[in-house]
Amino acid sequence: MPPHRLHGALSRRRFVTRLGTGALLTALSRPAHALVQSPEFPGPRGLVPPAPATNWSLSVGRRRITLDHKTLDAPCLNGTVPGPVLRWRQGDTVTLAVTNTLDEPTSIHWHGVRVPSAMDGVPGLSFDGIPPGETFTYRFRVHQSGTYWYHSHSGGQEQQGLYGAIVIDPATPDPNACERDYVILLSEWTDVSPRDIVSNLKMQDDYYVFRQRTAASFPREAREKGALAALKDRLAWSRMNMAATDIADVSGAIYTYILNGHAPDMNWTGLFHPGERVRLRFINGSSMTMFDVRIPGLEMLVVQADGNDVEPVPIDEFRIGVAETYDVIVQPKDARAYAIFAQSEDRTGFARGTLAPRAGMAPDLPPMDPRPVRTMVDMGMADMGMGDMKPGDGMPEMDGASPAHAHADMHAMDMPGMDMSGMDMRHDGQGSVAHPLEVDDPGPPPIGVENQNVAMMPIDRTGSPGDGLEDNGRRVLNYRQLRATRPGADPRPPSREIIMHLTGNMNRYIWGFNGRKFSESGPIRLRRGERVRFTLINDTMMEHPIHLHGLWSELENGQGAYAPYKHTIICQPGSKLSYLVTADVPGRWAFHCHLMYHMDLGMFRTVLVS
Amino acid sequence: MRALLLMGLSLLCACMAHAQTTQYHAADAPDAGTPSYIDGIMPVMDQGTWFHGILDALEGRYAPGNSDFRWDGEAWFGGDYNRLWLKTEGTVEKGRLHDGDHEALYSRAISRYFDIQGGVRVDLDDGPTRTWAAFGIQGLALYQFEMQATAYASDRGRFATRLEGSYDFLLTNRLILQPQAEFNIYTKADQGRGVGAGLSDVDAGLRLRYEAWRKFAPYIAVTYAGYFTQARRFAHERGDPTGSVRFTFGLRSWF
Repeated sequence: MPPHRLHGALSRRRFVTRLGTGALLTALSRPAHALVQSPEFPGPRGLVPPAPATNWSLSVGRRRITLDHKTLDAPCLNGTVPGPVLRWRQGDTVTLAVTNTLDEPTSIHWHGVRVPSAMDGVPGLSFDGIPPGETFTYRFRVHQSGTYWYHSHSGGQEQQGLYGAIVIDPATPDPNACERDYVILLSEWTDVSPRDIVSNLKMQDDYYVFRQRTAASFPREAREKGALAALKDRLAWSRMNMAATDIADVSGAIYTYILNGHAPDMNWTGLFHPGERVRLRFINGSSMTMFDVRIPGLEMLVVQADGNDVEPVPIDEFRIGVAETYDVIVQPKDARAYAIFAQSEDRTGFARGTLAPRAGMAPDLPPMDPRPVRTMVDMGMADMGMGDMKPGDGMPEMDGASPAHAHADMHAMDMPGMDMSGMDMRHDGQGSVAHPLEVDDPGPPPIGVENQNVAMMPIDRTGSPGDGLEDNGRRVLNYRQLRATRPGADPRPPSREIIMHLTGNMNRYIWGFNGRKFSESGPIRLRRGERVRFTLINDTMMEHPIHLHGLWSELENGQGAYAPYKHTIICQPGSKLSYLVTADVPGRWAFHCHLMYHMDLGMFRTVLVS
Repeated sequence: MRALLLMGLSLLCACMAHAQTTQYHAADAPDAGTPSYIDGIMPVMDQGTWFHGILDALEGRYAPGNSDFRWDGEAWFGGDYNRLWLKTEGTVEKGRLHDGDHEALYSRAISRYFDIQGGVRVDLDDGPTRTWAAFGIQGLALYQFEMQATAYASDRGRFATRLEGSYDFLLTNRLILQPQAEFNIYTKADQGRGVGAGLSDVDAGLRLRYEAWRKFAPYIAVTYAGYFTQARRFAHERGDPTGSVRFTFGLRSWF
């Protein structure tokens, strides 16, 4: 605890430091002397440091922070939540000495940054973690540029505040340089311990869901689609022992959604002069929450996804999965305030901030959208048609052999279709079509303790913005719109396909791949240099942001050679997607769902490149 | 023409893919030879153990001249597959404890929603003590219907079974109506414990609880407790009520 916090009087410094958890406006909103500049508190949240640096001395410690009446001794970097923005330059070798002053091991993982395996910061895969009282020095060459972030990979520290932004300047002039440049780091804040959250979910999977269908909500549903249809839909879900209202496992019931460490009432503000181009580097640093982001009145131009430049896409709204990043450019013309409005996917709360010509402005916030409701599409029964078939039909029979065949057939039938779109481009001029792949297909995952459902007919949903965002009258980003600004570095077609089913049992709160937890599975082995297609089939009814450490995931979204490079990809419920990976860095890499409690409870694999 | 050729080829690929994929192989198949992590540090802790206790009912039942106090609770400790369960229920009436039933069970998850359980049951109260071996199944039937079915064999060659079920009907997200019923069936009478052969007793309730927070839910209820067939005659002989509907209020709570 810093000494000044022991003083009884509310000194100016203490006042500012306390507000430092949130309420400071940007540097431009106050004269610079009003800001405390200290190693513990390097500056207001969201500002990119003026210049890149190569040597960083970082300290992990606990600090008592209160946000929205929730007080927590948060593990954090250099005393703030989020931690400092680290600005590096492409091509530099950076040295980061991380000292652990906690009484438990810690670690820092550089999310999306291509580093040697030993520098990746995952205890048990990269290294042994950083023991209490010790310093671990990360040193690696920065090969890439763009917006990334860092977070702890130890226990629940990430949930509690050990995360922050990374901004890497390109070696060549940035095509998207703007007059203003802000990091917008979205995350959650709660005083409930991660262990308690998991324990509660183990006992009751809908512990944090207070938006279920009830008798009281029936009349409205009946008005919308007819009493009989509403009743049938309810019975269908009930028969499957599932809930159509299962959007997020942990909700605004305990989470305060924060933006750059500011609760909604603290209203983080970024300043602009009318006509300026403002770059907003959105990072979803939360543990369990997807955000739907918009700035009413401003068009956003998406210029970067997961640190990699994409052809600009003009949009009104986008969904940012846990651990994803999007850079957008806005150009406010009027001297008025604009709200940055980030609703949680389940609509139980929002993070908010403001872009304004001067400090202290608080624009009206739009109402929250209705919460999404899952449909049979999310169960992977999209093509079966609600009208022809009772949604629950076929579920109990799934252990049998025939659906397995149906699944295999489906797979065989639509994979080449998917291949063609991608392959055509890659094979132009070569006059050949894909040679047969070596395929690791686990088959439909067995229904059982660890798997509740098999998506009978998973569909490609990369063209959908996601549940709750379809047909909302706004231009909402979808994955197919992401087109890299330059062709991929590795034009080879994949020589192997690895199919992974995303599975889980919501009721028992167990998560995994192919019907197994981490502890029951082996590593995924890749040969060094190998070009592999990962195909994900989501058999669960929730989105999973799947993150592969150390190697790029080139999403096969129909953009051919210009497939976007990503580090985290949302696989929508009941859907199937694929991406290509070049295994060009040896070592042990983590491959997991970035929803923290899904990862912790088994949705995690080791990828071994050797 | 080219399109046709492509289609043909893709079909061929499809067939080949099919031929290959019928031999399923998971890229992450369990592999004893290659550890998935180093130095014994698991990157995620998916083998955690948990401990919870729940008092489903802690309630006073009221009727003129026939009021009692009843509890029904359980606790479990363990991981995803293996758990130890302790269950206890009993009734206190005019300072006397009866229907005391305490079980210690090992539980194993066997399917999406069901666990099998085996262990011992001890009938321990102010009546004669009985010991049983217990074997049962517990879980979530279709339509989110909670159920338990347990068979018992006593040291004296008797058999019994108990069926329990309940359903949570959400009036609102916090106001929940729960019908619940428990049936006890015995092969032989045990007059010392008021137990008759056949369907011996039924305990049922319709509870309306308010989840002020998840772990703390006071409720009001109408409960029914009654004896049937032979046990009904025993109760009649004892001068006890053979069946009573009572106004009840209580607390459902867990940790």
